[in-house]
Amino acid sequence: MLAFVLRRLAASLLLLYLVLTVTFFLIHLGPGDPIHLFEDQRMTAEQRARLERLYHLDRPLPEQYLAWLGAIVLHGDWGISFSQQRAVTAVIADCVPRTALLASTALVVDYAAGLLFGILAARRRGADHAIRVVSLLLLAQPAFWLSLMAILLFSYVWPIFPAGGYPSGAGGAGSMASLFDVLRHLALPALVLGLLGAGSTIRFLRGSLLEVMSRDFIRAARAKGLSEARVVWVHGLRNALTPLIQLFGLVLPALLSGSLIIEAVFSWPGLGWLTFTAVGTRDYPVILATTALSGVLVAVGNLLADLAHAAADPRVRDEGRHG
Amino acid sequence: MAEERGRRFSSTVPWSLVLLLALALPPLAAPWLAPYDPAEQTDAAVAKNRPPGTVLAAVHLADGSWRLAERVERVPGGLRITARERQEVLPAADVLNLTANGVADHRRFFLGTDHLGRDLWSRLLYGGRISFLVGSVSVLLALSLGVAVGSAAALGGRFLDSVLMRLVDAFLAFPFIFLIIALTALFRPGLGPLVLILGGTGWMGISRLLRAELLGLRQSEFVLAARALGQHPFAIFWRHLLPNAMTPVLIQTTLLVGNTILAESSLSFLGFGVQPPMASWGNMVAEGRSPSALFSAWWIALFPGLAISLTVIALNLVGDGLRDALDPRSRDRSRSTADAMLPPL
Repeated sequence: MLAFVLRRLAASLLLLYLVLTVTFFLIHLGPGDPIHLFEDQRMTAEQRARLERLYHLDRPLPEQYLAWLGAIVLHGDWGISFSQQRAVTAVIADCVPRTALLASTALVVDYAAGLLFGILAARRRGADHAIRVVSLLLLAQPAFWLSLMAILLFSYVWPIFPAGGYPSGAGGAGSMASLFDVLRHLALPALVLGLLGAGSTIRFLRGSLLEVMSRDFIRAARAKGLSEARVVWVHGLRNALTPLIQLFGLVLPALLSGSLIIEAVFSWPGLGWLTFTAVGTRDYPVILATTALSGVLVAVGNLLADLAHAAADPRVRDEGRHG
Repeated sequence: MAEERGRRFSSTVPWSLVLLLALALPPLAAPWLAPYDPAEQTDAAVAKNRPPGTVLAAVHLADGSWRLAERVERVPGGLRITARERQEVLPAADVLNLTANGVADHRRFFLGTDHLGRDLWSRLLYGGRISFLVGSVSVLLALSLGVAVGSAAALGGRFLDSVLMRLVDAFLAFPFIFLIIALTALFRPGLGPLVLILGGTGWMGISRLLRAELLGLRQSEFVLAARALGQHPFAIFWRHLLPNAMTPVLIQTTLLVGNTILAESSLSFLGFGVQPPMASWGNMVAEGRSPSALFSAWWIALFPGLAISLTVIALNLVGDGLRDALDPRSRDRSRSTADAMLPPL
């Protein structure tokens, strides 16, 4: 197990390093000297000097690269946001909890709908066809369009939810009223994001459960005289769920990418919205930081998914030894 | 039970093919089918934000320009036109297409007009052309990359295999939209870079699938026979391995076209893909996204989104149906984790 953890940790660190490196060279791929990219009327001489120091623009490229990597790794210094005139790390720190809230709520919706309909489709032949149609419909929806249609239906035709935005915090943070306000704003984007993911979760779980239910140990469980409910819920589902843990590593990038579009449509001020608006204002330090951070989050998520999978399924731990 | 279900769904192939053709052919024939130029903005002040089915009278003026009106009536000495609750009388000499009771020309906006008075139906046709074009060229690129990487991984030895598969894992795990946005912030996007980006980020599923197929086929008897006969390894790969491994790959490719069209439309919606004034389904939805447009002119966002959704559904149905019909092993088994999660956007 320890060897497995170490191997995966090394792979994640490698991925992380690659993401950072790609991000860095992105700036240098741009036309002209990087400092031209940061040429901006709003930028004061002091900020400019800080940027020059941060990117060590007077040095050769390999040296610049090492210095930049060093500033991030050692000091966590990502520079200053042009549009907000604050440290990039502070700007991002504001956004991370909001994206985390949106993505985790969506994940709950995704897995709950996936479990419910996946099991139903695998167990009830009458429901199978209808559920297959529903999951296909969900898989084929463009996130941005489904969001707009949800806004049209639930904020205009039948106005029960706000069309977007994030509560300003009036009424005091932590109070019941403000919590309710956050939930009201959260409902539509989280539902849309979760249901979009549910399309593939349903398919995946249905297939996984059908495969498990045809195995010998299920026949053995039935032969022992266990109730059908126990066979399905305990013996079948437990084994069908294991790959779902691994799926999480792939769900995370989809969630992050999806949340970028959903946040842009619903003006939900998280990481995706930050990136989207930063492109509009050409706020390069922010764009570079969010790009790198999205890679970091995914690398960490993958690592956690792998570890959880290995904990749940002993066969995975030996994976590296053959094949 | 499994067999029966597989057969039932494969019967959807003809229907989904018909649906797909019905969606793909009109855009391909856009220049012949579109009633108006997709960028045409004739008398935008009158034509803008009209609901589906609007018919406006088109008045051809002596200076060569056109004016549109909800109602035209002959009055002594000229023509009275009514547009947006304003009336105006034009002298008869100024109107070129005058008839006994009005004007000879009309504009029919089958799906309505957008905020610039452009015909949505014409834009939908031309936009579909761009979406299908970008989708299929990107997928061709992804298919080539996927076949190259998958073959190299399966046949290039263990070291190359593990390096390439880790690369595939890394690509699969990356939220590309962030990287793409960073890229488009630095370079002005165009159709070429867009195709490169979509193709360059869509090949992983194909390479994984092909690798698995090739590894399975490598030890099969007809390949051993070909080897025993002394055929060149490349000939074995090209004539025996690849053709036998391609069926599931081509099915996967059908599904990838749908995902790529989704990805293209998402990028275009956000403003990082196909750039206006060129129409694509994604940037057409974006034109109807502001609350004022969405709530008062819902048709602008509705129809292009519906077109994207129906196209992806049709491609998925064709892909799933073909899989059920041609690839019996996969029947009643869901797509593998990687394919299930393919949509990167």
